[in-house]
Amino acid sequence: MLLEVKNLRTEFKLKRGTVRAVDDVSFTIDKGEILAIVGESGSGKSVTSLSLMGLIQKPGGVAGGEILFKSQDLSKLSQKELQEIRGNKISMIFQEPMTSLNPVWRIKDQIMENIMTHMKMSKKEALARTVEMLDTVGIPSPAERANDYPHQMSGGMRQRVMTAMALSCEPDLLIADEPTTALDVTIQAQILELLYQMREKFNMAVLLITHDLGVVYEAADRVIVMYCGKIVEEADVKTLFEQPQHPYTVGLLQSIPQIDNESDEHLFMIKGMVPNPLHMPPGCSFSDRCDRCMERCTKEMPELQEINGHKVRCFLYDKAEEGELSAK
Amino acid sequence: MNEVLMKVQDLSKYFTIDTDWRGKPVSVLKAVDEVSLTINKGEAFGLVGESGCGKTTLGKILVNLYSPTSGKIFFEGKELSALNKKQRRSYCKDIQMIFQDPYASLNPRMTVGDIIAEPIIINKLLPMSEVEERVIFLLNCVGLARHQRNRFPHEFSGGQRQRVGIARALAVEPKLIVCDEPVSALDVSIQAQVLNLLDDLKEEFKLTYLFIAHGLGVVKHISDRVGVMYLGKLVEIAPKKELYANPLNPYTQALLSAIPVINSEKKERIILKGDVPSPINPPAGCRFSSRCFKEFEPCKLNTPKLKEVSPGHWVACHLF
Ligand SMILES: Nc1ncnc2c1ncn2[C@@H]1O[C@H](COP(=O)(O)OP(=O)(O)OP(=O)(O)O)[C@@H](O)[C@H]1O
Ligand SMILES: Nc1ncnc2c1ncn2[C@@H]1O[C@H](COP(=O)(O)OP(=O)(O)O)[C@@H](O)[C@H]1O
Ligand code: SF4
Ligand code: SF4
Ligand SMILES: [Mg+2]
Ligand SMILES: [Mg+2]
Repeated sequence: MLLEVKNLRTEFKLKRGTVRAVDDVSFTIDKGEILAIVGESGSGKSVTSLSLMGLIQKPGGVAGGEILFKSQDLSKLSQKELQEIRGNKISMIFQEPMTSLNPVWRIKDQIMENIMTHMKMSKKEALARTVEMLDTVGIPSPAERANDYPHQMSGGMRQRVMTAMALSCEPDLLIADEPTTALDVTIQAQILELLYQMREKFNMAVLLITHDLGVVYEAADRVIVMYCGKIVEEADVKTLFEQPQHPYTVGLLQSIPQIDNESDEHLFMIKGMVPNPLHMPPGCSFSDRCDRCMERCTKEMPELQEINGHKVRCFLYDKAEEGELSAK
Repeated sequence: MNEVLMKVQDLSKYFTIDTDWRGKPVSVLKAVDEVSLTINKGEAFGLVGESGCGKTTLGKILVNLYSPTSGKIFFEGKELSALNKKQRRSYCKDIQMIFQDPYASLNPRMTVGDIIAEPIIINKLLPMSEVEERVIFLLNCVGLARHQRNRFPHEFSGGQRQRVGIARALAVEPKLIVCDEPVSALDVSIQAQVLNLLDDLKEEFKLTYLFIAHGLGVVKHISDRVGVMYLGKLVEIAPKKELYANPLNPYTQALLSAIPVINSEKKERIILKGDVPSPINPPAGCRFSSRCFKEFEPCKLNTPKLKEVSPGHWVACHLF
């Protein structure tokens, strides 16, 4: 096991109250595995990944839990120790590559800087490796384009450069937060293909964060569905798409317009909207939108229960009463 | 049956990027380049293509926010440039636009009720005494409550703001609505709500849509016919079912294959090489030739023209 997150809680203390952006989240990632986290905006995906990297800014902070990376608890490390790990053993790529590349530095200087901080390499070796990485991620004429500034590249190319930089020290874990959301579909296909190849080549694990279930289906081995800061379902990708159990997952899957769907009927809709994090409904967070909501759901929060590796947080699947994970 | 509502002929919009010392353009961006299409009364015409291919620019020309560099627009048989002032005002009322960004397109200092009332008052559609009642009616049509008219846009979620934008467009009883990526900025569960609403309103108000999107999934759900754009050019037009079952232009094929689909078999992808080229210096000949996996001799020499290869199915490609 490469990464084990136990009961992670991350909070933002605002004037109007405390937002629990990540609430008791636990999961594991194995070597070479692609784990996807899906959920709507505000569900806590990015805060989860930033918490892992120790990058939560005030007024926020990790309020509890353990982040065991190769058995070492990252949440106990100093910023300096974390910096050693960031960009080296764990790398990250973000949704908007422009904001994470320095606009006044040439591409090559940024990648070389990262390589030289973490690997014992001379300037010359680092440059050679930079060009090699740019080539690996599919930048044409990499030796020349290495001299470009970020603004001279298209969105797709900047995402490749970010990926090249993230991979330059052969990390064990890549955290990719919406790596293709800002990109066009044909470029998205290129980047996903690239992530896949890199996983094969370096046996790197990927934590893939996205709101696009199509991307998840194509790329991930296992999926976590988040809603209002909590994990509501977790399963391997095939099981999740073929036998979704949580009413939220079921609704999400039904509400996507599919190109292989021939019907002109209305799309399935989940009613209402994500609750305000400062005014959560009592009981199950999905209860105000759920069409199977029962009386109990508005009073208690269901636990995340597991049967055969499929986890779900919903009273419809109450192990204590049913003995097994099946809908009543 | 198929009554033409709008016809666009060889429509182009060029933006001047750079001028020399005399003010003569030296660098020109062809955002929309000789596009021709018709939109029938009561249909939803879907327009897809990747960012920067000219979809929004085309939409803005149609709602008179941009004037075209060349080409003609016919609405209900009359040519736009031949209209007098009064007719032109009525044209502007008949064609409305819903914008991609529900955050930027509403005036933050006006209440939602005033935002919806404004076009009714400006166009003198109703006596002042009836405006409020109409605003409440429109709010109800888009699924908002009457008491919400006194609130400001920032108090609404993205999906609700998009509903306000729709109510504002409906306020002047338009005939055609240009919907520019109305759900792209919204969450999945909210997208379905807004798409269903647009579907219902189309029936209820007998509307015609030009529906712009970058994803073929959304467009397929709502459209009757679909046009595909690449770098300012229309490369294929077909009835929806035909386009998805039998895409002919290699770009359409790649676009379809690039969409992640949720079904039991993972499909083979056409992975295109390279990036979308800059519209300032597009490739010579067919604009897709730098990325096309079927490119052959004539492609870099001549620009293919739209041809009707079977009834209603038009394609621009030297293979046909
Ligand atoms: N700096 C901050 N201050 C206050 N609240 C925050 C801050 N950052 C995040 N939050 C809150 O934490 C929750 C989770 O946010 P997060 O950014 O992780 O969502 P997400 O799933 O990544 O959404 P998106 O898809 O929009 O990026 C939200 O309720 C959000 O409002
Ligand atoms: N006002 C403008 N001035 C210069 N270039 C513009 C302007 N508006 C749009 N463009 C350019 O025209 C092309 C098409 O833009 P647009 O129609 O907005 O694309 P999209 O298909 O994403 O909606 C793009 O390259 C864009 O940068
Ligand atoms: S616990 Fe109740 S409200 Fe929550 S998802 Fe399950 S059925 Fe719906
Ligand atoms: S004309 Fe040639 S380059 Fe263009 S789409 Fe057809 S085959 Fe490809
Ligand atoms: Mg995010
Ligand atoms: Mg646009």
